[in-house]
Amino acid sequence: MNFRGQFRVRLDRKPYPEIKHPEDAIVRVTRSCICGSDLHLYHGLVPDTRIGQTFGHEFTGVVEEVGPDVKKLKVGDHVLVPFNISCGRCAFCKQGLYSNCHESNPMATASGGFFGYSHITGGYDGGQAQYVRVPYADVSPTVIPEGMDPDDAVLLTDVLPTGYYACEMGGIKTGDTVVIFGAGPVGIMAAKCAWLFGAARVIVIDQLEYRLEFVRNYAQCEAYNFRSLGDPVLFLKRTTDWLGADVCIDAVGCEAAGSALNTLLGRKLLLQGGSTTALHWAINSVKKGGIVSIVGVYGPIDAAVPIGNVLNKGLTIRANQASVKAVLPKLIDHVMAGRIKPSEIITHRFPLEEISEAYHIFSRKLDNIIKPVLIPNAA
Amino acid sequence: MENTTTANKTTNTGNKTNGASGNESRSKIDYKDIKGWNMDADPDNEPTYPMKDYNGDDHQRVHWERPPLQPIDSEITKSVEHPRIPATFGNVTPPSGLSGQIRRFAYRYSESNLMHWLPLVLADRVNAVEGIVDDIRRGFFPNIIKERGWYAEWKYNKKGVIKNTAMIGTAFFVAFLIMSTRNRNRG
Repeated sequence: MNFRGQFRVRLDRKPYPEIKHPEDAIVRVTRSCICGSDLHLYHGLVPDTRIGQTFGHEFTGVVEEVGPDVKKLKVGDHVLVPFNISCGRCAFCKQGLYSNCHESNPMATASGGFFGYSHITGGYDGGQAQYVRVPYADVSPTVIPEGMDPDDAVLLTDVLPTGYYACEMGGIKTGDTVVIFGAGPVGIMAAKCAWLFGAARVIVIDQLEYRLEFVRNYAQCEAYNFRSLGDPVLFLKRTTDWLGADVCIDAVGCEAAGSALNTLLGRKLLLQGGSTTALHWAINSVKKGGIVSIVGVYGPIDAAVPIGNVLNKGLTIRANQASVKAVLPKLIDHVMAGRIKPSEIITHRFPLEEISEAYHIFSRKLDNIIKPVLIPNAA
Repeated sequence: MENTTTANKTTNTGNKTNGASGNESRSKIDYKDIKGWNMDADPDNEPTYPMKDYNGDDHQRVHWERPPLQPIDSEITKSVEHPRIPATFGNVTPPSGLSGQIRRFAYRYSESNLMHWLPLVLADRVNAVEGIVDDIRRGFFPNIIKERGWYAEWKYNKKGVIKNTAMIGTAFFVAFLIMSTRNRNRG
């Protein structure tokens, strides 16, 4: 996959990746997803996304080659590769903040390195390819347990961990009412995981009927179309005894619909780090003293949110890219025990040759797409 | 300024600078001697857990054991907020051409500065044009309709494509009529 500019990607032949560091591995990709956050790159919303880069931060693959300092992984291991590139040794990794590694991204200090996600997350090529270089191979990549469906495994690299992490950051307590903005793959997973933390009521808000229908069935939750609610904040207040939800999760990020002003400033003119409508609603519909958990991705530029209400309501805001490695053991257990079947959200499979069509369909939400998976030739 | 940090005490052994005497004398105070210091500390109140499994390593600053360093074989646009290049990096497309010049300029500013981000957005747009020029220079004419995946739009949204085409066609037709009427009136 080769990024050629806004809304333009194509399949190209690139050189076989090299071992550049003694702790690198080269992985032959078996599955690779397109993530909703890849669309932010595709739409030109993330600065320093350079022509020629290969996207893809959700992938599984077979280890083809290892560097001299790789001790745990062996050639032939089939691994799932978390999207975070983490050294495992810096102060942040040692405290479980694997997404904030300080030894994997020279281009920015705000985030650690991620696969295939612009140069502000390290300038690495991603997994929407036949082969990919995987740094710090002994830290995050995990051998896929025997008996695990490879489609479940690839969704353990980002989507499910991010949904779970959103709930964990939300500090959901037994009996809580949880509102999730966004019925994309991450929002769907957050709705599913909220029950694991003891939520008593889970409400999902989105605008796409087919996704609302899916999440209603998949996560056994309530789901509402904000287009038919009038003011969604008022609706959420009314349905929570006028107090607000205990926890609100923003699983939308910078491409939120629902406000013409935000769309103009954040998505069209790029004058702020994305459209903040979902976050705005989350802040205003959570209860006083409640928690807003953010996993939706925003750009690095300033973005307008009602910070006065955050102060006046005494809110706690918790946000991060999921540190996949930190939650992976629990999630592998949930998947192996059959409590969650993440692969049920996969609606489309594309050969790598159809990468341009895959991006277009996902971007335009055609054919009721929820989660596309790419199957490279070499798989 | 150089800070030496131990488990319980931070001592600033900084260089003397004129006009900084207030800070300097403050930094010489052992904070443990301050009346009431640490009285209400509650180690169980850790609001960042479980996101962060706090272990105090933050206070060791940058003194962790570093991984081996990746050899630098290309130009890296390093954030000015990094004192050193991290042990590993990607840099699959080093800066080049006009977009590269803009990126080098942008990376002179910190990540909190719009002079960092806005030029990077501009560089991305310039880079897209450079990509097309590069393709053509190599004798490859990019199929932009294919790259944009528009065939899929036709496959899954025929009605929409027909509607949009009709609307654009009508707009052009009306514009043409207005222009030609004006020209006739002037003539």
